[in-house]
Amino acid sequence: MQKKVSEQKSQKSVRDLKLGESGVICCLQDPEMGLKLLEMGCIPGTEVKLNSRAPLGDPITIIVNDYTLSLRLDEAETILLKQ
Amino acid sequence: MTVTTQPEIVQAERPQIAPAVAKIALIGNPNSGKTSLFNQLTGLNQKVGNFPGVTVDKKTGYSQLTSSFRAQIIDLPGTYSLYPKSLDERVITDLLYDPNSSLFPDLVVVTADASNLKRNLLLFTQLADLKLPVVLALNMVDVAEQEGVKIDVPALQRELGVPVIPMNARKGVGVAALKIVMMQELQATKAPFFQIPADLKPMLQQVKDRFQLSSDYLALQYAHQYRHLKGFSVQDMAWMDKLLEDTEFRSVTQQANETVARYARINDILLDVVRVERVNKSEKFSNRLDQILTHKIFGYLIFFTILFLIFQAIFAWASYPMDLIDEGVAGLNGLIQDNFDGPLVDLLTEGVIAGLGGVLVFVPQIAILFAFIAILEETGYMARVTFMMDKIMRKFGLNGKSVVPLISGVACAVPAIMSARTIENWKDRMITIFVTPLMSCSARIPVYAVLIALVVPEKYYFGFLNLQGIVLMALYLMGFLAAIFSALLLKTVLKARERSYFIMEFPVYKWPRWKNVGITIVEKVKAFLFEAGKIIVAISIILWVLASYGPGDNFEEARELALAEAQAKNLNEVQTENKIASYQLESSYAGIVGRTIEPVIRPLGYDWKIGIALLTSFAAREVFVGTISTIYSIGEEENVSTIKNKLLSETDANGDPFFTPARGFSLMVFYLFAMQCISTLAIVRRETNSWTWPLAQLLYMSSLAYVMAFITYHVFS
Repeated sequence: MQKKVSEQKSQKSVRDLKLGESGVICCLQDPEMGLKLLEMGCIPGTEVKLNSRAPLGDPITIIVNDYTLSLRLDEAETILLKQ
Repeated sequence: MTVTTQPEIVQAERPQIAPAVAKIALIGNPNSGKTSLFNQLTGLNQKVGNFPGVTVDKKTGYSQLTSSFRAQIIDLPGTYSLYPKSLDERVITDLLYDPNSSLFPDLVVVTADASNLKRNLLLFTQLADLKLPVVLALNMVDVAEQEGVKIDVPALQRELGVPVIPMNARKGVGVAALKIVMMQELQATKAPFFQIPADLKPMLQQVKDRFQLSSDYLALQYAHQYRHLKGFSVQDMAWMDKLLEDTEFRSVTQQANETVARYARINDILLDVVRVERVNKSEKFSNRLDQILTHKIFGYLIFFTILFLIFQAIFAWASYPMDLIDEGVAGLNGLIQDNFDGPLVDLLTEGVIAGLGGVLVFVPQIAILFAFIAILEETGYMARVTFMMDKIMRKFGLNGKSVVPLISGVACAVPAIMSARTIENWKDRMITIFVTPLMSCSARIPVYAVLIALVVPEKYYFGFLNLQGIVLMALYLMGFLAAIFSALLLKTVLKARERSYFIMEFPVYKWPRWKNVGITIVEKVKAFLFEAGKIIVAISIILWVLASYGPGDNFEEARELALAEAQAKNLNEVQTENKIASYQLESSYAGIVGRTIEPVIRPLGYDWKIGIALLTSFAAREVFVGTISTIYSIGEEENVSTIKNKLLSETDANGDPFFTPARGFSLMVFYLFAMQCISTLAIVRRETNSWTWPLAQLLYMSSLAYVMAFITYHVFS
């Protein structure tokens, strides 16, 4: 777990958003999962907002293209945000 | 809203020969109202859910478009794109990429949620690029307008080049307009939405030539998906492998580029078509509701309260109609036996009517349970359950989506296992299918109900907590625990084949459509009565025959033996009759089978009579009740008393009550764990496409049942 955090430190991802905070998608880190995310509208340049967290902190819901999308934290981590 | 615009292209060219019956496929994103539209068009009774992926199988029905024109409507599973991520999405590509398929559509109706048009149009543009005739059913226009999303329909129609029908499928608005448009023989659009990169063209031409494809985009789809396409030979596969290697085709990169390009094109189109005027900036109602319903504490509190309510309701509310049915059957049998006589009367009362009563009496419980499940699905709450449970479920090798099959498994494992198709990941899906039958299904309710009534006193705590209800809930909880711990075991045994995703739309809350809830209840009760009921009644009759006749002179010998013994013991008339009946049952065909397996089940506290019931339960668990009532009613003078009273008066060799708490609980535990359902085994065979899984399930669950029942019997006695 600790190693992962230090690796990702360089760039902010959807995982790092605070509740209600928004960001703009820069790129998708995982090519295969990226296909699914692209289809759901997570296109680079699109704004995302962290909408809610499940009671146990994972999964989360985000608002993208005016609808609510649910995904897990390790999936959210692959959506990198512009600085 | 009225539709007067007709697209210009419609009039262009008409195909010479119209097909005998036009086939129209309904395709759309999950939650885009596709199933509601299907119901509106076909009038077929079918469930409409609010949970992504509730439509698992493709369903067909007929729609009368005009008085003389009928079309076959095919309802396809919800999907976000033509690149399938799960088994049920693959149904769509199997159908659309095989022009020889018997269901290959003449027209595709794409349903799109107007309040979420951008994402919904992605699938639309893919379908249009396949050169299939397409109509866009723009659903939930009224909802979108409430949210401040205004869509210029004529402009959208111009941009897309296909007819666009604004509608509300739930209320049936726009269906007539859609029917008129479907009547037209539509032409495919000319300009593709996605410009295939020029460097791919030579490769695609080769694919088109070899497989005689009409569109470039279909050829591209072949290049992406040939490994999964139906009817692809080994040679085709090898040919494609080589072609794609030679041309350095990168599937993932190409797919990603395609999706991005499509979204760019859709953004362009929607720029002039959609105007968003947010009425208020306040949060959506759904989101505010979620702050309570998925709250850290209240969320789980509410969820478990709902579960608890369901189980209390099954026991408390259902008891009134059940008592009525019980009394009715007993009264009817009494009436017939008082007025008629002969062997056929016994067959009718003790075989047929007793068996029918055993089926009918559980209808109220099943109806109540399915009312709750239907409402949870209709409102969208089921998606929240998934959301709240995912983190926990994942630890056990399950998926947040596994909660739906597991909860549905409480009703019946057969549809539950079918609903596991929505789980995209192979490993998660297999584990879910494997453990779902451990959840206590409705067929076990009759067994539990009889046994609980038998050995658990009807006591109340704090005036409202029913002890019998608590025991029932404990049984369900044990089934759930068995399921998740078995999942944990499997998680370490099975190797993953693909990755597990949770990326899905979070549907907004909707008020349940009571008609859908009603349809669900009726469908489930009907399924129980006519599918399970048939087997129950048939087996009740067969058993009555088996128990009423024996091989050769056994019956006469048993009678003489009983008479001799009765005389020696100086028994009165009633006791003598009982002795004869019981001796005769022991020497009947049923008794012979039961006693053959008795040594095996004796360690669990069971005798040969229960042995017969265990065996017949393999047809369907609820047969237990019919079997038990038939077997025990034969050994008695009184036929009118209820099953419970019959069993309570049953004594062992020492004259003590036979159904002690130890035996009752041991039986409950056995039924809780045992795989005693041929239908479930058949559906697992179908869903896993192998005999390995159902056989492994049978072996695993039966062993578990034996061991647990053994432990239970020895703990309680």
